[in-house]
Amino acid sequence: MAKIIINQEKVKNPEELMNLCPFNAIDYVNEYLEINAACKMCNICIKEGPEGVFELVEDTVKQVDKDAWKGIAVYVDHVEGNIHPVTFELIGKAKEMAEKINHPVTCVFMGHNIKEKATELLHYGVDRVFIYDDKELEDFRIEPYTAAFEDFIASEKPTIVLVGGTTVGRSLAPRVAARFRTGLTADCIILDVQENTDLDQIRPAFGGNIMAHIYTPNHRPQFATVRYKIFSAPERAENSTGEIEMRSIDKDKLKSNIEVIEIKKKEKVENLEDAEVIIVAGRAIKKEEDLGMIHELADLLGAQVATTRPLIEAGWSDPRKQIGLSGRTVKPKLIIVCGVSGAVQFIAGMSNSDCIIAINTDKNASIFNVAHYGIIADIYQVLPSFIEKLKILKESSVDSELLKLVEANV
Amino acid sequence: MKILVCIKQVPGTSEVEVDETTGVLKRDGIDSKLNPYDLYALETALQLKEKVGGHISVISMGPPQAEEIIKESYMMGVDQGALLTDKRFAGADVLATAYTLSQGVEKLGDYDLIICGKQTTDGDTAQVGPEMAEFLNIPHVANVVKIIDICEDHIVVEMDMPDTIEVAKVKYPCLITVEKGIYQPRLPSFKLKLATNDRKIPFYGLDDFDDRDENNYGLSGSPTQVLKVFPPQANTDHEIWQGDSEELVGKLCDKLQELKFI
Repeated sequence: MAKIIINQEKVKNPEELMNLCPFNAIDYVNEYLEINAACKMCNICIKEGPEGVFELVEDTVKQVDKDAWKGIAVYVDHVEGNIHPVTFELIGKAKEMAEKINHPVTCVFMGHNIKEKATELLHYGVDRVFIYDDKELEDFRIEPYTAAFEDFIASEKPTIVLVGGTTVGRSLAPRVAARFRTGLTADCIILDVQENTDLDQIRPAFGGNIMAHIYTPNHRPQFATVRYKIFSAPERAENSTGEIEMRSIDKDKLKSNIEVIEIKKKEKVENLEDAEVIIVAGRAIKKEEDLGMIHELADLLGAQVATTRPLIEAGWSDPRKQIGLSGRTVKPKLIIVCGVSGAVQFIAGMSNSDCIIAINTDKNASIFNVAHYGIIADIYQVLPSFIEKLKILKESSVDSELLKLVEANV
Repeated sequence: MKILVCIKQVPGTSEVEVDETTGVLKRDGIDSKLNPYDLYALETALQLKEKVGGHISVISMGPPQAEEIIKESYMMGVDQGALLTDKRFAGADVLATAYTLSQGVEKLGDYDLIICGKQTTDGDTAQVGPEMAEFLNIPHVANVVKIIDICEDHIVVEMDMPDTIEVAKVKYPCLITVEKGIYQPRLPSFKLKLATNDRKIPFYGLDDFDDRDENNYGLSGSPTQVLKVFPPQANTDHEIWQGDSEELVGKLCDKLQELKFI
C-alpha cells in the first residue's frame, strides 16, 4: 500500500505545512499532523515541504512484463460503418509513437457488414486491421462491444490502446479498461511514448488551472481517450498497405441485456467542430440580450458562436455550443474569444486553433497565455465599434466591386 | 423500484491555480458543492420515483465533510444516503474510485437502477459510471438524454450517439449516466431540510467491504499515477495590444485583413 507518511518529529510549523496542500488534506489534530481522505497523492507536500517531513512509502509490487505487450492499437469509431474522423487522427499519433519504439499499429473494427469500409484504413499506414463482423455488433451495445474488444486485446496484447473521445468511445473505453483492471486517462491532449513503452499522458487535472502528466507504470495495456480535433490526421496515401484479418467470437459472449429498438437521425445542427471561424462569448457577457452583438459579429465574419460553461449554466446558450472539456474541442482557422478568462478546461478545448485573438479586461487572464493576439479591453467598448468598422469595410468592398463592374462595363 | 444515485462533492470554483513564476500551487479559500451534473441524476431518480414509486439511495465517496452533499440530496427528496470514507481510499484514480464505489453499492444491497451524472466538474472524465458497471457486472448506457418508459423489469432510454439517437431497452439491474438537461433539477426544499435534519448518514470504510485488501483501493489500487503537475504552457509567440478602443479596432481589422479573414 503506497501512502504518504509524516515524520512528526521533524514538524516545526504545522500551520504552514497544512497550507502546502491545495486540497485541504492535511489536518492538525491533538498536536499531530495527519493526512485525511481528501489526499489526491499529488505529492506536492513532499516536493514543496521541508525536507524529510513528508515521505512517500511504497510497498514493492509485482512488476508487469512490459515486453509481453507489443503494438499500438486504435479503436475504429464508427456508426453504421461510417468511420469517425477522430480515428484517422489517432492512427496518425499511433504511427508517430510506434516508430519511436518500433512497434506495429493495429486497428480494431467491430460492427456488421463493415469489411468494405475497413479497406479505407489501409490508406493511412496501419499494419493490420482486425475485424469483428457479426449481426450482434450491428448497433452499439456495451456488452457485445466490450466482449469483442476484450477478445482483441487478449489475443494481440497491444501495449497502448487509443480510443476517440466520442460518446461511444467514452462509454466503451472505461468498460474495457476496467475489465483488464488497467489504467485509462481520459481526454489526453498530449501523448508521447518512452523507450520502455510507458505512455506519457497529459491532460488538465483537478478542476483547476493545472496540467497533469499521468502515466501507467505497472499495468498493460495503457488506455487513453482523445477528443476529436486534438491531433492531426495523416495524409491519405494513394496505395494501401497492411492487411485485414477477420476475427470471430463465440456467440455466447455477444449476449446482451440491451435491445436497440430504434435508431433516430438527429436533427442536423451546425457542428462547432467544423467551423472555420468561431466567436466565443464568456462570463463577461452581463445579460442574455448582450449575446446579440456576438451573433452580429459572427454573421459579419461568417462565424459560428460558441460559449463557455457559465453561459450554458445560465441557460443562455445551447450546450452543444460549449467549448471545453465538458463541451466540444475545436481547431478553427480563427477564434475570437470575448470576455473569457481562460480556465484550463476551456483552453484544452481550443488551444490548437490556428489563430487565437482574445479580448479581456484583465491583463493577467490566462487566456492571454494562449492567444496569439491579446487585446486588453472591455468587450462592451471594443465590440460595438469593431462591428461598425466591419460593416463599413464590407460596404466599401461591395462598393469597390461594384466600381470594378462599372469600370469593366465602360 | 430501488434506485441508487452516485454523487460527488467537487470544488466550488476552479480555485486551484499555479503561480506562473514560482510554479507553486496557489490556494484561496476552498468551498465545495455538489457536482452540478449530479443534480440531473438526482432529478431523474426523483421523477422516476414519482411515477412508479420506490426508494432512492445516494452514495458518495470522499472526505467526511462530503456528507454535506448527502444532506443536500435529502433536501431534494432522497430517502437514504451513505458516505464511503477512509484514509486508505486517498489518491484513487478512475479504476480505484469505480471499484470502491462498486464495493459500497454491494454493501448497500439490492438495486434495480443506478443513475450517475454525465461527469464531474473536477475530474471531467465521465468514466467512473461505466467502470462501476463493469465491476458490478451489469449493463450500462451512457449519455442518456431521455427516459422513454419505465417498466417492471426494464427501462427504455434514448442515448446520444455521435450522429444519431439510439433508443434502447435495458433490463434491470443496470446503470445509466444522464446528460445535462434530461430534467430540470428541483431546488432543495426548506421543509425537507427540517424533516431530514436528524436523518443519519452512515459512514463506511474499507473494513465494511467484502474485499478488504488495501491494495485494491486508493493510490495502491490505481494503475495510473500522476508523475507531475505543472501550469499550462504559455504561447510564447504572442502580441498584447492596449490602448483606446478606436486604435484597438483599427489594429484588429488590419490584422484580420492581413490574415484574409475580411
